[in-house]
Amino acid sequence: MSSIYLRRRLTNWIAMGLSAVATLIGLVFLAWILWETLRQGISALNFKLFTSITANGEDGGLANAMVGSLIINFLGIAIATPIGVMAGTWLAEYANRTKLGETIRFLNDILLSAPSIVMGLFVYTIIVLPSTALTHGSTTFSGFAGGVALALIALPVIVRTTDEMLRLVPSTLREAALSLGVPQWKLTMQILVRAARSGIITGVLLALARISGETAPLLFTAFGNNYMTLNPIDKMSSLPQIIYQYANDPGDTMHAMAWAGAFVVTMFVLLLSLGSRLIFSRNKVSHD
Amino acid sequence: MSAQPGTIAPPMVVEQRTRRDARQELLFRWLLKGCALLVLASLLGAAFATLWGGREAFAKFGWHFLISTAWDPGNDVYGALVPVYGTIVTSLIALLIAVPVSFGIALYLSEVAPSWLRTPVSSAIELLAGIPSIIYGMWGLFVFAPFFSAHIKPWLTSNLGNKPDDGKLSWVAQHVPFVGKLFASDYPFGASILVAGIVLAIMIIPFISSVMREVFQTVPTRLKESAYALGSSTWEVSWDIVLPYTRSAVIGGIFLGLGRALGETMAVAFIIGNSMTFSASLLDPGTSIASTIANQFSEASGLQKSSLMALAFLLFVVTFFVLLIARLMLSQLKRKEGN
Repeated sequence: MSSIYLRRRLTNWIAMGLSAVATLIGLVFLAWILWETLRQGISALNFKLFTSITANGEDGGLANAMVGSLIINFLGIAIATPIGVMAGTWLAEYANRTKLGETIRFLNDILLSAPSIVMGLFVYTIIVLPSTALTHGSTTFSGFAGGVALALIALPVIVRTTDEMLRLVPSTLREAALSLGVPQWKLTMQILVRAARSGIITGVLLALARISGETAPLLFTAFGNNYMTLNPIDKMSSLPQIIYQYANDPGDTMHAMAWAGAFVVTMFVLLLSLGSRLIFSRNKVSHD
Repeated sequence: MSAQPGTIAPPMVVEQRTRRDARQELLFRWLLKGCALLVLASLLGAAFATLWGGREAFAKFGWHFLISTAWDPGNDVYGALVPVYGTIVTSLIALLIAVPVSFGIALYLSEVAPSWLRTPVSSAIELLAGIPSIIYGMWGLFVFAPFFSAHIKPWLTSNLGNKPDDGKLSWVAQHVPFVGKLFASDYPFGASILVAGIVLAIMIIPFISSVMREVFQTVPTRLKESAYALGSSTWEVSWDIVLPYTRSAVIGGIFLGLGRALGETMAVAFIIGNSMTFSASLLDPGTSIASTIANQFSEASGLQKSSLMALAFLLFVVTFFVLLIARLMLSQLKRKEGN
């Protein structure tokens, strides 16, 4: 065999080998991160975590943070879902190929990866600061503000999936309904949204998975609270915020509790994203 | 007044119904449009809110804000250079690592791997994108930074840095400019700009590789088959056919990863060390824009708070343009596909 063939073959082998190595690198880090979270998280799990609050410090648990996380996430999704679905519907059904529609779709894609901490500062400026003026100067962080911040992060995810899913609905369905004289809003609400329902739900679940690990936007909105509270206009703690606080604490007990919290958050997020993908695997959703 | 089934409704009823439908239609349309405009409003609002919050800092320091390394709450003097430097350097390190690895992964998954392996491996890589950033932070702080400082850092300081532990300068440190400075460190812990860059790289690999893989699949099969028929190897097809064909989208994917890396907060806040003093060494602690805000904002007031808002505005504008380029590059390929 002449040398040029040998050289080309060798190059090919090396390149293919390196590509396998690159994949292996990705998988090793995935396994490493998941393994540490599982190992350290499970060994730190105990019953008290779910019953006691963070005010008890080393002898306490994370109950208030878990409840806070649930409330803030629920608020975020409850705010973002109707707005996101309606905005996505407008993009797909009313503004497809109009200039404004294309612009909003494009900017929505940018918002998908916008820095979440800036969204936190935005909500701080429009909700926390004005309400501070109402209370004569005491800073009014609240679970509600945290929910709005998370809603801003969930919104582009829901808009995009709704938009994509509606555009997958065959246009014969629209034409059939319109030819029967159904007004367009009824067509949209009763036929199209129903046809795209599973895809839209997938989008909402993905958005929930996305926001339930968010920490940065909550630091200046929900702030944190060592006591249990169910009142959304009170300061509220959340699991990611407690993890951040405890991980920076010098004590080993605190670190163990941070790992336990990390384990709970990771499991929640991974089950959500795996579940939404398994159930609706027929619908292709990109999440970049 | 409703029409009986089987009978024809009188014209008046039809007209009423048509009017009502038209009214509801208009209302519905405006409601939807309002929601869509909210998306626009959140983008503009975030930009204006941070610009407004940062107005005192911009007014007081002007352009000097961008080039000053000072960050002194005692004397109320603030400059953005240290966090800006940290943000840019960590993101560049992340890209330097993530781009070749992502290309390798995309290549492996689209050309090399046996077909039964592709779906599980690509789902696993995408799983990396689903892990919350705070988990990367925890892992980086408690697992990777100690590992780095025990096994990798000593090698780097003694073989590349100009302050090695044994005092003997390596060939690289003597002959290659800048490298010695980049890898010199007296700092005993792992948390550093380099570690933050490595963890960011792991975080953005799934984004870049999934974009690359997606666009590699858009290359027309007849192009690839023509090249194979002329005797090209898999590598030559990938490098000379697939990559040039998808170049703009690949660059778009890289910029998408860059946008992510620039704005990432929690993972970086855990592992960058959060030092506001400037150091050229990659092994020293530093800070990024996002982690500075996360660390200081709740205790800041007055000019410091305003400076943090100004930093947030800078970050938002820069990531906006990076992501804008990314999306434009990505849509170029779509247009090509449409032809």
